[in-house]
Amino acid sequence: MSMAELNNENVLKALTDTFGDAILHSEMQFGMLNVEIPADRNLDIIGWLKSNESLKMEFLTDLCAVHYPEQKGRELAVVYHLHSWTKNYRMRIKCFISAQKPEIASLTGLYNAANWMERETFDFYGVQFSGHPDLRRILNMDEMDYHPLLKQYALEDETRDDKDDSFFGR
Amino acid sequence: MSQLDTRNYDKFVSTETIDGEIATLNLGPTHPATHGVFQNVMKVDGERIISSEPTIGYIHRAFEKLAERRPYNQITPITDRLNYCSSPINNLGWHMTVEKLAGIHVPKKVDYMRVIIMELARIADHLVCNSVIGVDTGALTGFTYVFQEREKIYEMYEEVCGARLTTNIGRIGGFEREFSPVFMAKLKKFLKEFHIKFQEFDNLLTRNRIFMDRVIKAGPISAEKAISYGFTGPNLRAAGVDYDLRVMNPYSSYEDFDFIIPVGQDGDTYDRFIVRQEEIRQSLSIIQQALDGMPEGAHHTDVPAFYLPPKEEVYRSMEALIYHFKIVMGETPIPVGEVYHAVEGANGELGYYLISDGGRTPYRLHFRRPCFIYYQAYPEMVKGAMLSDAILTMSSMNVIAGELDA
Repeated sequence: MSMAELNNENVLKALTDTFGDAILHSEMQFGMLNVEIPADRNLDIIGWLKSNESLKMEFLTDLCAVHYPEQKGRELAVVYHLHSWTKNYRMRIKCFISAQKPEIASLTGLYNAANWMERETFDFYGVQFSGHPDLRRILNMDEMDYHPLLKQYALEDETRDDKDDSFFGR
Repeated sequence: MSQLDTRNYDKFVSTETIDGEIATLNLGPTHPATHGVFQNVMKVDGERIISSEPTIGYIHRAFEKLAERRPYNQITPITDRLNYCSSPINNLGWHMTVEKLAGIHVPKKVDYMRVIIMELARIADHLVCNSVIGVDTGALTGFTYVFQEREKIYEMYEEVCGARLTTNIGRIGGFEREFSPVFMAKLKKFLKEFHIKFQEFDNLLTRNRIFMDRVIKAGPISAEKAISYGFTGPNLRAAGVDYDLRVMNPYSSYEDFDFIIPVGQDGDTYDRFIVRQEEIRQSLSIIQQALDGMPEGAHHTDVPAFYLPPKEEVYRSMEALIYHFKIVMGETPIPVGEVYHAVEGANGELGYYLISDGGRTPYRLHFRRPCFIYYQAYPEMVKGAMLSDAILTMSSMNVIAGELDA
């Protein structure tokens, strides 16, 4: 397989040809390809994207998590932004995991940059990256006993009754 | 004991030995040489660093959580406080992200105005970083020269938006007002006079033998390592990779301008310094080109749902009053979707990953802060180096505490 130019169609085709059913869902979001893969396949699929000669997604732009409390069993999304500099192509990979057992393999073996990004994601969402060499809190203090970006933690003190936001959304 | 050695140093040196002993040195978080709240617990053998363990988060302010409760136009002041040496780039990057999500197209003139402001910010940021490299090598003079020039850039910000450091510049959809004649006069004067002062600064350091001996080979990183560690911006280019978002993924009409991306070779402190010096010259050229080619037109696009109407209109017209109320209360409809937009910040790729569920605030907003990602390479870069090189490496990496800790 060789591709002169990468676009959403041929990257998606290459992914489905190689991994078949492991490509659970795909969509375009403002021109960027979003691909959902099973959480236990993140290492081999992203590793393949990185090492494949015609894709060369050698740059991990960003790694973060998103919390969807109403999606039972798949509350947490771990989102990877990959970038192929040689082909100037960006894509987004998503893995959904449950909030009860938030475990996913660490990408630190593939990208050094993943180290602190995963620590940050652990710090704020409690995602356990298995295989991470040093999974500790990074921005919050070590004594903290919760993961503050989860949606169940309101930004303001919920016991306050002097503010009524009911007219203006959440 | 010699006549001069009144404190008995000779005896101390001859009897005390530190050979083979490893000491723990707590550098920071309020050490004046670290230019911000950075803590590194270092193991040192004499002056040689064996290992370094950065602790960050001292000024963490939970911006991502705050953003989940704020309407889109109220997030701009948060972005100010990321890389506060070049706030306008953060502000305008955020506006562009929301515009991308809401499908707003701004006129060419707004693009050019943004380019001028962003390049001024880049110059200001690089001036701080490079002059501080000078300070850390003991050359304070250059710092005082260029801080006067940085002051002029701040005066220009003031003319556009009224603020200097945390600028909150521009609006979603354009600028709040046309560039004033005073701003234009200041900008033209700056373009005419800046290069003279800048050349003086350049003469003081760039080919200075003492400076060169001090910074060459200090804190180097290879291109492969830099890519793996997620380096972007001048630090990456100093390592020899010509990745610049302004060329790779042009935004705000950067494709209209003709400029060079300077690259280094060794990725050491000297290369980082030289790359920034050259980028300042390129930025000046971009500003000149934008000024010469400034298109006619409005300074904002017609998006009443995001762009505040003129105040006189609010008093007279029903629509303007409604829009004014909706914008101020944050009741603007916005599409559902997720968008990643990145701009070339002064120290690297500044990305915004924004997820909207159609509500008044972002469902999730993640800042890709360049220095948070590349600062993790610091322990590796200073391993085996002298303590004084560690200080120099940190200042030449342009790590900004506000952005690091978000």
